[in-house]
Amino acid sequence: MTPAARPERPPGAAIVLAALAGVFFVAPLVGLLWRVRWADLGREMYSQDVRQALALSLFSSLAATATSAALGIPLAWVLARARFPGQRLLRALTTLPMVLPPVVGGVALLAAFGPTGVVGQWLERWFGLTLPFTIAGVVMAQTFVAMPFLVITAEAAFRRSDRRLEEAARTLGASRSVVFRRVTLPLVSPSLVAGAVLCWARAIGEFGATVTFAGNFPGRTQTIPLKVYLLLETRPQAAIALSLVLLAVSLSVLVGMRSRWWTPA
Amino acid sequence: MDAGLTGEWAPEPPGLEAHVHVVKGTLDLDVSLSVGTDEVVALVGPNGAGKTTLLRALAGLEPLLAGRVVVAGQVLEDAAAGVRVAPEKRPIGVVFQDYLLFPHLSALENVAFGLRSRGRGRTAARQLAGGWIERMGLTARADARPDELSGGEAQRVALARALALEPRLLLLDEPLSALDRQARVEVRTQLRRQLAAFPGVRLLVSHDPVEAISLADRLVVLEEGRVVQSGTLTDISTRPRSRYVAELVGVNLFEGEGGGDHVVLDGGSRLVVAGAGHGRVFALVHPRAVSLHRRAPEGTPRNVWPATVEELDGAADGDGDRVRVRLAAAVPIVAEVTPSAASELALADGGEVWVSVKASAVSVYPV
Repeated sequence: MTPAARPERPPGAAIVLAALAGVFFVAPLVGLLWRVRWADLGREMYSQDVRQALALSLFSSLAATATSAALGIPLAWVLARARFPGQRLLRALTTLPMVLPPVVGGVALLAAFGPTGVVGQWLERWFGLTLPFTIAGVVMAQTFVAMPFLVITAEAAFRRSDRRLEEAARTLGASRSVVFRRVTLPLVSPSLVAGAVLCWARAIGEFGATVTFAGNFPGRTQTIPLKVYLLLETRPQAAIALSLVLLAVSLSVLVGMRSRWWTPA
Repeated sequence: MDAGLTGEWAPEPPGLEAHVHVVKGTLDLDVSLSVGTDEVVALVGPNGAGKTTLLRALAGLEPLLAGRVVVAGQVLEDAAAGVRVAPEKRPIGVVFQDYLLFPHLSALENVAFGLRSRGRGRTAARQLAGGWIERMGLTARADARPDELSGGEAQRVALARALALEPRLLLLDEPLSALDRQARVEVRTQLRRQLAAFPGVRLLVSHDPVEAISLADRLVVLEEGRVVQSGTLTDISTRPRSRYVAELVGVNLFEGEGGGDHVVLDGGSRLVVAGAGHGRVFALVHPRAVSLHRRAPEGTPRNVWPATVEELDGAADGDGDRVRVRLAAAVPIVAEVTPSAASELALADGGEVWVSVKASAVSVYPV
């Protein structure tokens, strides 16, 4: 073993602080599971408003993932393969939502696509389209926040993939679009799936941008996270049940991605 | 073979006619090349000479700055006329270095890939590919993924993949370099047969002279983006025109100024020769014409000088019964002696010897 890989006996202070950090992560999980009244779980989940939120979240997060894939994969390819002025700036801006407070994202979306926004006023005037406070708005807010996760994963994959294989395919009679479909995509597909799953997990948990841009209308824009926040006041058991759903989503993503994440680089 | 495939009877020059000018980084490649269908041509040259870039340019993977590529009468690229046929539309098959098989496809699917791209139906493509797999003796390995194939098997799949499209020009980039020594000998024999059976133009790239000589009828030597020499092995070994070629065929080559009965070498030394003419000349001395002595020799040899043994290369290559002796001296030279002569002379690295070369053993030709 290299010196870096050999296990080391930690100093006492490190043990104490590391244990504290561990407790800090584990305690909320235990707390949540502790508070679940398992017998009432089914009834809480089955209530009309909860089912509505669940269905809306499922639909909007899948739609956001599909939108992210449709726009984000080409964007990732362009960022990885092309050379053009402003490329670095574009890359920085597309990853900005990962560090931007979601509320700010929501405000920015309103400023752009709201009824008086730079884009929104024209959408309204020409097409009679209003995006804020609609399901489309929910999908937009989730896409805005979640797409960067897909873009950076896909961009890295496009960078890593062997361009020489694509050239070999060209000499075998494949046009650029056939090469992309039959060589490039299959080779990067594991990364694309991973990126899409990350993107979906981020979308389904989105709160700040959604509530700001799409509001909080039951059955229309009220997704699970929004519902959880409201239920905490009135029916904490329902809030806990819904939280459990989101926790299950996160855990399955974590388990599904174990080969990518659980082994240190 | 497939004479009726194109259904064309019009006579057309069947070979490759190319003038390729490509500038890429520090490489300035400017080469004219003409290859017939009756010969296998190997591009040889040191690393960075532009061999691979030339193949890529022919395949359409590297745009021409200037020049023209014509294969079997079809203009594939003409920079002046703005003609540029896309790589996928060229009748050119490429076997890449490292083979570049598609890792997500089986051996059979790799071979079928091109057929599918060229519009064959799934079943027809698989059937045709199966035929190629069988011809290559790979039927048992048809479903294997590239990472499960041995080097030799991968080479055959790569060749089948290129041949399946029945190209008019077959390009092979270092076809044996990805193989270990054992597999190389085997694959070389097969490849020679397969190349002989291919009805189109055959052009391969190699940095290994043995490989090039064993597979090709004609060598084209590329150095720093230019063709320095072209011809059969006999042509270029009797009249090498550069240091690299001389090393390649294993002879001593000097350059200098002819002075009638001698040559003044560029280092300042004189070499007495039978007839040198005047002007810039090459002087070639075969290593076997270089004699070594323990003491300064007397008599007929006109060229005699002391030297130090720099390196002894024990008879591993070539005829196997010779020892190559690299000598450091005013005129550095390589000698080939029999092992018994080597032991009589008590040759060892760093030892002192006398070198002699008969004037009649130096062949001189103009630069």
